[in-house]
Amino acid sequence: MREKVIYALGVAAALLLARNLYSIFMVLPDEASQGMIYRIIFFHVPAAITAMLGAFVAAFASIMFLVTKNFRYDSVAVSVTEVGLAFLAANLVTGSIWGRIIWGIWWTWDARLTSALVCWLLYAGYLMLRHAIEEPTARARIAAVFNIFAFADVPIVIFSIKWWRTQHPQPVFWGGGSIDPAMKSTAVLNLVALMLLAAVLVLIRLRQEEVQREIDSLRRYAHAVV
Amino acid sequence: MGALATSRDAPATGRAAAAGGFVAGMRQSLFVAAKDLRAEIRTKEAINASLAFAVVILLLFSFAFDPSEDQLRVLSGGLLWIVFAFAGTLVLNRSFARELPNDCLDALVAAPVPCSALFLGKALANFVLVLAVELVSLLVFGIFYNVRWYLQFWPLLLVLVLGTWGLTVIGTIFSALTVNIRLRELMLPLLVYPMLIPALMAAMQLSTQLVNGQPLSADVAVWLKMLVGFDVIYTALSLVLVDTVLVG
Repeated sequence: MREKVIYALGVAAALLLARNLYSIFMVLPDEASQGMIYRIIFFHVPAAITAMLGAFVAAFASIMFLVTKNFRYDSVAVSVTEVGLAFLAANLVTGSIWGRIIWGIWWTWDARLTSALVCWLLYAGYLMLRHAIEEPTARARIAAVFNIFAFADVPIVIFSIKWWRTQHPQPVFWGGGSIDPAMKSTAVLNLVALMLLAAVLVLIRLRQEEVQREIDSLRRYAHAVV
Repeated sequence: MGALATSRDAPATGRAAAAGGFVAGMRQSLFVAAKDLRAEIRTKEAINASLAFAVVILLLFSFAFDPSEDQLRVLSGGLLWIVFAFAGTLVLNRSFARELPNDCLDALVAAPVPCSALFLGKALANFVLVLAVELVSLLVFGIFYNVRWYLQFWPLLLVLVLGTWGLTVIGTIFSALTVNIRLRELMLPLLVYPMLIPALMAAMQLSTQLVNGQPLSADVAVWLKMLVGFDVIYTALSLVLVDTVLVG
């Protein structure tokens, strides 16, 4: 059953992505001032939103783990964080490429860029912390606490760096910027496609985590018995 | 041990009892802090390393840039907090790790002291140690780089206190988080620095102005609020979660 869900979601994500790619490269015209490169925004913004959603889900799962001590929540937290980190990396890389073309530089210490990088480092720290702890119960508990700390840091980081400086273009989709309806609908559809892709990756990762836990428990059982 | 043993017997109902519990908790925290400070003063293992490290970094800065007055005016706050953060981690690394030999940590957790009081005590001890290292490095910084940091001493002390409390709260709770894992010494800075960025940024902005002898202006007041907010949020979060960290 679960296999089928993963396959179904995967096929849906692939079809929608193919449709969007066709629309982005074949149907939509170049943007008036930026030309060709503006198309990167159809991946840049949805990747950021997906990563942000991942951070919310991971924080919720971490709190739920501490409350219920159900290891399924721990698996959810780690799977979502890993996938979210990959999407945030995609967001940083696409943004950097866009910046090279439009600003002429790969990187600038602007508010949003800096906040995204700090968040990336925070959640990379979460994964490294997990790798450093052998014992599964302690790992789940300590990782959950760290996740809550990291999640609390995200708004503080964003606001503080905003006070510090801002150079990033104001949001074009939901921030009062003007945008062609066809471009907006493509962006929304691509957001759906990337979310589906993220869901598939999370489900695959979740299954790996569960299998890993089963292997660990069998190994411990074997140690105890033999 | 008298202060530790009696507090638990206090009834846990009513506002007066809650106030009594608070006082008892503070007494226990001070007890733990005094124990940590006494141990540190006798061995001096963390503070010596931390001070030596701070001086080495201060020396290295002189090669990294031309230590002229113009450069220093722009860089001083940032440089100082880099020194403080680096040297501080050396102190914080030892905070819980020093309880590992002879299973002292298990004894501390099993003692009739709530984990929050234990955490607060350790944070207080770390705070005193890190602040001491900072004041000495500030003195050395002033001599090496000819900076008259004492012109705005009291505002600067306020920034030092607020920034250091943020550093020690995050550092102490993460020291507890990482106490039992391999690569402990490596993990702590890796986890602490990204988390501390808002506090460090605020402290750097404020210190740069103060070290150059300018009073705090209205446009940097927002950083002061930010530091206070950071300290309050993470102190509260740590006090809530420290039980989970130490006991499970």
